[in-house]
Amino acid sequence: MLAPLSDYLILSALLFTIGIFGFLYRKNPLIMFMSIELMLNAANLTFVAFGRYLGQVSGQVMVFFILTIAAAEVVVGLAIIVAIFRARASIDVDEIHLLRD
Amino acid sequence: MLTNVWLVLLFPLLGFLWCLVFGRLWPRLSGWVASLAIGAAFAASVSVLVGLLALVPGDRVRVGTLYTWIGSGAVTVPLGILVDPLSTVMILIVTGVSFVIHVYALGYMAGDPGYGRFFAYLNLFVLAMVLLVLAGNFLVLMVGWAGVGLCSYLLIAFWFERPEAAAAGVKAFVVNAIGDAGLILAAALILTTFKTLDYVTVFQEAPRLLTPGGGTVTAITLLLLVAAVAKSAQLPLYVWLPDAMAGPTPVSALIHAATMVTAGVYLIARAAPLFTLAPLTMGIIAWIGAITALFAATIGLVKPNIKRVLAYSTVSQIGYMFLAVGIGGFAAGIFHLMTHAFFKALLFLAAGAVIHALGGEEDMRRMGGLRAHLPAAYWTFLAAALAIAGFPGFAGFFSKDEIITLAFTARTGSAALGVIALVTAGLTAVYMFRVFFLTFHGKPRLDPQAVEHLHRPGAVMVVPLIVLGVLSVVGGYVQFPGEGFGDFLLPAFTFFGVQPVVVYGLNGGIAAASSLVALAGIGIAWLVWQKYPTTPEALGRALAPVHAALLNDYGVDALYGLVVVGAVRGLGVLCARVVDGLVLNGIVDGVGTAVRGLSAGVAHLESGYVRTYAVAILAGVIVILAFLVRGGL
Amino acid sequence: MGLIIFGILAVVAVAGAMGMVFARNAVYSALCLVVTFLCIALLYLSLSADFLAVVQVIVYAGAIMVLFLFVITLLNPSRAETPDRLRGQGWVAGILALVLLAEIGAAVASGLLRALPSPTPPAVSWSVNNAQVVGAALYSQFLFPFEVVSLLLLVAIIGATVLAKRRL
Repeated sequence: MLAPLSDYLILSALLFTIGIFGFLYRKNPLIMFMSIELMLNAANLTFVAFGRYLGQVSGQVMVFFILTIAAAEVVVGLAIIVAIFRARASIDVDEIHLLRD
Repeated sequence: MLTNVWLVLLFPLLGFLWCLVFGRLWPRLSGWVASLAIGAAFAASVSVLVGLLALVPGDRVRVGTLYTWIGSGAVTVPLGILVDPLSTVMILIVTGVSFVIHVYALGYMAGDPGYGRFFAYLNLFVLAMVLLVLAGNFLVLMVGWAGVGLCSYLLIAFWFERPEAAAAGVKAFVVNAIGDAGLILAAALILTTFKTLDYVTVFQEAPRLLTPGGGTVTAITLLLLVAAVAKSAQLPLYVWLPDAMAGPTPVSALIHAATMVTAGVYLIARAAPLFTLAPLTMGIIAWIGAITALFAATIGLVKPNIKRVLAYSTVSQIGYMFLAVGIGGFAAGIFHLMTHAFFKALLFLAAGAVIHALGGEEDMRRMGGLRAHLPAAYWTFLAAALAIAGFPGFAGFFSKDEIITLAFTARTGSAALGVIALVTAGLTAVYMFRVFFLTFHGKPRLDPQAVEHLHRPGAVMVVPLIVLGVLSVVGGYVQFPGEGFGDFLLPAFTFFGVQPVVVYGLNGGIAAASSLVALAGIGIAWLVWQKYPTTPEALGRALAPVHAALLNDYGVDALYGLVVVGAVRGLGVLCARVVDGLVLNGIVDGVGTAVRGLSAGVAHLESGYVRTYAVAILAGVIVILAFLVRGGL
Repeated sequence: MGLIIFGILAVVAVAGAMGMVFARNAVYSALCLVVTFLCIALLYLSLSADFLAVVQVIVYAGAIMVLFLFVITLLNPSRAETPDRLRGQGWVAGILALVLLAEIGAAVASGLLRALPSPTPPAVSWSVNNAQVVGAALYSQFLFPFEVVSLLLLVAIIGATVLAKRRL
């Protein structure tokens, strides 16, 4: 029933990479945030896969925690994004560049 | 008596110091003080001679030390002097002729604003020359050598407001610097070979420590030869002497005729124990002397400036001295040095009287018929001219004859050298009497202004002329009485095991030949410049290329200007434009530019764009991951 | 059989991810991501993580993505994106991403050489009562992190509330 472990790993690597690419490529902060969520999910998949193959439940427990933290992070992050971009005309992360030299 | 030798050094020093302090305040007095100082030095030299004669011939070498000058580890160099027949003869010549010229200069330089300075320099020169001659080791020699070089520069460029005088002074100094380099290198070689610079030790150890004809001794002697060639104005380093005529005439007479330029000959004679161990160098010396003599004599035939002709004449005569010592006739060379000092100094002083009388005119094309106006100069010049031409009975005849005889008869001589010497003797007569006839005889071509203001030399200038005139006549006879000049000098050489090549008595055939040649030369001069005065021009046109070549010293000066000066200037330009401008400035500016570029590049990292930071982080992660993966693989 | 299911789920997940990255409209991006999350939930199921699959759907797809959609609509999603002022960013991102993929692939491949583990049967079967197993581990072995995480959630709530205020 199960695919070999390497398949799961390759899939999660692929999702992770796409997430990274999305983060670097898009200017919309919301899309960038979503890419981060994708990366976290890819990591989750790896954890669960290894947990299953090693016969330990701690893999799933890790995912549990990661999921919780991701949720908290999304909450705070979106609050920040709303705070920053509510008053502006465009949603472009490159507009926020006042911390330059 | 012998301890009086220190006075020979002391008196000129005191004279110099006096003129230094009081020269500007009391110029006339300082001139007399300076002259008397040299006169006292001469008296001291005579007493040294007397003292030396009291000793047995084989014992006439004495060393004296003032104090230990350098004591550094294994090397100690005292301020030491060597008194022997050679140095005694030299100090007599130097102080004697200097004294005469000092007196002459009292009149010649009268009215010159730098009068006091002039006598200070003259005394300093005598001090340095005496130090050079009396030196007991190579280091003191170098002090004297450098000292005379300095004084030569100071005196050539005495009228320093004149650009040609300043340039001539620099030229003399620079060319002599080449010689100085040779001397220093030679001294260094001697030091490494002998562990000392002391004459006595070096000369006594020479046969033991140096292989005859070997590399070391040849190197040492060749380097010494470079120094001698520079100082004595031989080929190829003679170029400074004709230009040095820009200095006052007493300077030309003293330094560039009688004393300083003979220092090279003295050096070779003094270091004879070293030179006799290097036959190759000796051969080179003889040939340099012969060729220089001929070379300079030919140029003397065409130059219009009276002092320049005399300068080339000096170069030529020193060539004779080189020829003599190159063959091994050290005593003969010194003998000619002495007679040459007399008549050459006289020639210059008489010419100086003419120049002085004509208010500074030096071009013979504007002279003529001065016999009536300047009788003292006329007769003394004639005496000196006869002497230099080798007219039988005069001083030059004996000394020149000895050299020609040596050239033909000595084992180290050759017929070729002898022929060159003989031909040059003839040419000497020709050019010297050319000067004579052009200056004192013939139709006057004088500038009327000059004739109006013509003022005859005073007694203070005439008496020295007469003194030297007498010496030019009788000076040669010192060779003949009981202990002849040559015999007197011999112990200086035999003490160190050197056997100079000597000639006793006159070789009839050669004496006749040289007399004939001299008379013929005088006759030719009379014909060309006196009897048929249009001949020189006609000859000049007919032999135009030859004439031009001679007039331009065969292009030697031009060649040096192109090659040496051009090369140095090119180097200077290279350094200024490339090394300084491009390289150094480039480095300094480059540092600035690099820093600026670097900061500009680095500034991009802090762009403020989140995504740029993300890229950087990702790149870092990739690198770290690469390490981990590689470790795993 | 299992491989086929895995294959289908994998393809859909990747397609969803690509869709999320390249969709011009932010809402479409969010919806694509929801698809990917659902696929991942199904993959969890295949890995005998039943409880986690459900939690994934409820929390991620149900709560987090809804939150995203709220904010997207709040910040006027119809505005077009201006051209990228960072030239070459796209290329750099692509290349670096590929390099990273290659590295991870290499790491996995090296693991292959040293034989990845074959599925070990768990001590207690998970499929029967997965929640109970997870809960047991959570309240015994992982009690401390559990409490800390709950504290974290409190902080997040407070933070979000403060940040969202117009006037403090």
